[in-house]
Amino acid sequence: MSVVPLQAKSIDPILSVRDLKMHFPVKEGIFMRTGKFNKAVDGINFDIMPGETLGLVGESGCGKSTLGRCIARLYQPTAGEISFEGTDIATLGRKDMMPFRRDIQMIFQDPMESLNSRHTVGQILEEPFQVHNIGDKAYRKKRVVELLDLVGLPARSVTRYPFEFSGGQRQRIGIARSIALNPKLIICDEPVSALDVSIQSQILNLLIDLQKEFKLSYLFIAHDLAVVKHISDRIAIMYLGKIVESGEGESIYRTARHPYTQSLISAIPVPDPHHVAHRQILVGDVPSPINPPSGCTFHTRCPKVMDVCKEKVPVLNGDEQPVSCHLYEQPN
Amino acid sequence: MSDVILSVNNLITEFSTDEGRVRAVDDVSFSIKEGETLGIVGESGCGKSVTALSIMRLLPQPIGQIMGGEILLEGQNLVDLPLEQMRKIRGARIGMVFQEPMTALNPVHTIGRQLTEVILLHKKISKDKALREGIEMLDKVGIPAPDIRMTEYPHQLSGGMRQRVVIAMALACQPKLLIADEPTTALDVTIQAQILELIKDLQKQMGMSVVLITHDLGVIAETSSSVVVMYAGKVAERGSVYDVFDRPSHPYTKGLLESIPRLDTPPKSKLTIIPGMVPGLLDMPKGCRFENRCPYRKDSCLVAPPAIEAIAKEHDVACYEWQELKRNTVAGGDSANFKLSAVA
Ligand SMILES: Nc1ncnc2c1ncn2[C@@H]1O[C@H](COP(=O)(O)OP(=O)(O)OP(=O)(O)O)[C@@H](O)[C@H]1O
Ligand SMILES: Nc1ncnc2c1ncn2[C@@H]1O[C@H](COP(=O)(O)OP(=O)(O)O)[C@@H](O)[C@H]1O
Ligand code: SF4
Ligand code: SF4
Ligand SMILES: [Mg+2]
Ligand SMILES: [Mg+2]
Repeated sequence: MSVVPLQAKSIDPILSVRDLKMHFPVKEGIFMRTGKFNKAVDGINFDIMPGETLGLVGESGCGKSTLGRCIARLYQPTAGEISFEGTDIATLGRKDMMPFRRDIQMIFQDPMESLNSRHTVGQILEEPFQVHNIGDKAYRKKRVVELLDLVGLPARSVTRYPFEFSGGQRQRIGIARSIALNPKLIICDEPVSALDVSIQSQILNLLIDLQKEFKLSYLFIAHDLAVVKHISDRIAIMYLGKIVESGEGESIYRTARHPYTQSLISAIPVPDPHHVAHRQILVGDVPSPINPPSGCTFHTRCPKVMDVCKEKVPVLNGDEQPVSCHLYEQPN
Repeated sequence: MSDVILSVNNLITEFSTDEGRVRAVDDVSFSIKEGETLGIVGESGCGKSVTALSIMRLLPQPIGQIMGGEILLEGQNLVDLPLEQMRKIRGARIGMVFQEPMTALNPVHTIGRQLTEVILLHKKISKDKALREGIEMLDKVGIPAPDIRMTEYPHQLSGGMRQRVVIAMALACQPKLLIADEPTTALDVTIQAQILELIKDLQKQMGMSVVLITHDLGVIAETSSSVVVMYAGKVAERGSVYDVFDRPSHPYTKGLLESIPRLDTPPKSKLTIIPGMVPGLLDMPKGCRFENRCPYRKDSCLVAPPAIEAIAKEHDVACYEWQELKRNTVAGGDSANFKLSAVA
C-alpha cells in the first residue's frame, strides 16, 4: 500500500492516517433505513510532517470536510487509524480525547457558524482556557490581548460582538481562538473561500506567518487550487472519498498525472488575458457517493477511460507522486 | 465600428434603510457593443448586483430607487419606462441569470411548466409549440434527456444542471443582451468551465452581448473583451482586458492583480496585500473612496472624489495619481508598493 510520501524520512510524522473510512448510513423511506451507505471518506492514507502544510482539493461533496472532521474527531470514523504523534486517536472516547483537543484545532469557512454570537470576542477567546482549565483570570486576559495582536486585531475588540466585524476580521477571530492553546495541527476547512480577494491575501499571509512562528502543521482544505498551491508543501487531490493523486505542489501543477487532476488544473481560469486555455472540459457531474461507479469511480467522466477502468479498482501507486489510475499501473 | 447595444450613463441608485439613505451605485457609466462580453468585477458589496438589478428594473420596492442617469437599450431609455413595458423587455430583449439558480426557479413547478411559461409570455405560439421549443432549448444548453427533465422539479437537478435550466429560460426568446450575475460563483471549477463554455457557444450562435458580473479576475480575463472595475459603488477603472490587466492604472486594480495567488507564484511567499477594508456605505469618505487603503494617497485625495478620465483610447481611470502610479510601474520601483503598507 502506498501512502503520501514523507518529506524528510528521518523525522516522524505528526499525523498518520491509514485506511480511514467514514460511511454515513443513508436514511430514506418510512423506515429511515435502506442499508445503503454514503462512503464520504473511503480508505484514505496520508502523513503530515511537523511544520508542514498538506493541501486537500476536490469538487464539492468529495469528502474533504468529512475527512477534516474525522481527524479533529468531530466524527467517529467508521474504520481506520488516525495516529497523532504515535497515538491512535480514531476510537478514543471523550475523556481520553481531551488532551488531543488542545493539539488539534479547526478553522471553518464561515467563522460566524463557529463563533457564539452572544459572546463578546473576549469571552470567545477565553473559552478554550476555561474548558482546559488553564491559567487564572489575569493570565487569560493577558493571553487574549496577545492573541488579538497576533492576528492583527486591536485590543479594544474584546468587548465587541462577532456581528460587529467584517468577514475577514471574523476569520481573524476564528484563527485567534484556534491558536489559543498552542496547538500542533490546525485543520483549515476553506478558511478563505468566503472572503474577497483583497482580504483573502491578508488571511493567507497571516496563516503562513503563524505557521512559521509556531511550527504549526496544517491540513488546508479548499477548492481553489491556486490558493492551495500557494500555501501547501504537498497537495492531495480527492475524488469521491479517495485520494487519486498526491505530491509536491509544484509537480502536481506542472506534471499532473491523473486525468482528473489534469482536468481540474485546466479548468482554473487564469487571470491573464494572454493566456490560452487548453481546457479538458469534464462532462457531467460528480456521481453520487451512495452509488459510486464501478472500477475507477472517475471512469464516467474520464477522457482517457479504458475497458479495464470499468471493472478494476485502481490503487494509489508510486513514491514521489503517487497516482491511482490504470494508465500508470506497472505490468507485472 | 460595431453598434452599442447598452449604455449606462451616470447611473445613481439609492436605498432607503433604517439608518438613512445609502447610495449603492454612484455615477456608474459603461457601454457594451453588439456581440461583446463586458466583465464587471469588484469585491462583495461594491454595487455589481445593484447595477444589474437597476438595468433590469428589478430593484427591491419601494426601498431601491434609481435617482439619476440613464440606461439606454438600443437607444431606448429604460429608466422611466412604465413597468408594464419593462416586463416585456425582460426575457425578450434582456435575459438574466443569477448566482443562485433557485432564485430564478419555482420549486413547486416542473421545469417544463416554467420554461413554457417564459416562452408563452413573449411569443404568440401554441402550448405544444412552446413545449417543443422548451425541449430544444434544454438540449441546446446540454441537458441530457431533455424531454424527461421537462417533467422534473428543480430540486431533482444538480447545481450545474439548474444553472443550465436558468440559462435556457433566460435565452429562450433569443434576447440581444444577457446579464449574468456571478453565474458560476456557487459552482465547482469543473462545472464553471462547462457553464462558461456554454455561454460562449450560445453567444456565438445567437450573436448576443453579455454582461458578466464576477469577483473572479480569472473569469474576466478568460471571457471578456472589456472590463469595468468597481469599488465602493463607483467605477475605478474601465478599459479593454488587455489595458486593464497589462497596464492597471488605478491603485485598487493594481493591488487586486498583485494580491491573487497564482499557480506560478512560489509557495508560501508573501502575497501583496491591500490593507484594511472597504468603508461602509454610511461612512464613505468625502474624497476618494479608496483613500483609507491606498499607498499612493496624497492629502488632495481627501477633498473630493476623483472624476473618471480617459488616460488612453477607451481606457478610463478615476484616480488623481494615475500618472504617479504609471511612473512608478514603468520605473519598476516600489516606493509606493502595497507591500510596504501597514496591515490594518
Ligand atoms: N453528517 C453527515 N451525515 C450524512 N452524510 C454526510 C454528513 N456530512 C457529509 N455527508 C455527505 O458526505 C459527502 C462528503 O461531504 P463533505 O462535506 O465532506 O464534502 P466536501 O468535499 O467538504 O464538499 P464541499 O466542497 O461542498 O465543502 C457528501 O455526499 C455529504 O452529503
Ligand atoms: N435591498 C437592499 N437594501 C439596502 N441596501 C442594499 C440592498 N441591496 C444591496 N444593498 C447595498 O448596496 C451595496 C451594493 O450591493 P450589491 O450590488 O449587492 O453588491 P455586489 O457588488 O456584491 O453585487 C451594498 O452595500 C449593499 O449592502
Ligand atoms: S483508471 Fe481509467 S478511468 Fe480512472 S482515471 Fe485512469 S484512465 Fe481514467
Ligand atoms: S485618488 Fe488618491 S487615494 Fe484615490 S486611488 Fe488615487 S491616489 Fe489613491
Ligand atoms: Mg466542505
Ligand atoms: Mg452580488
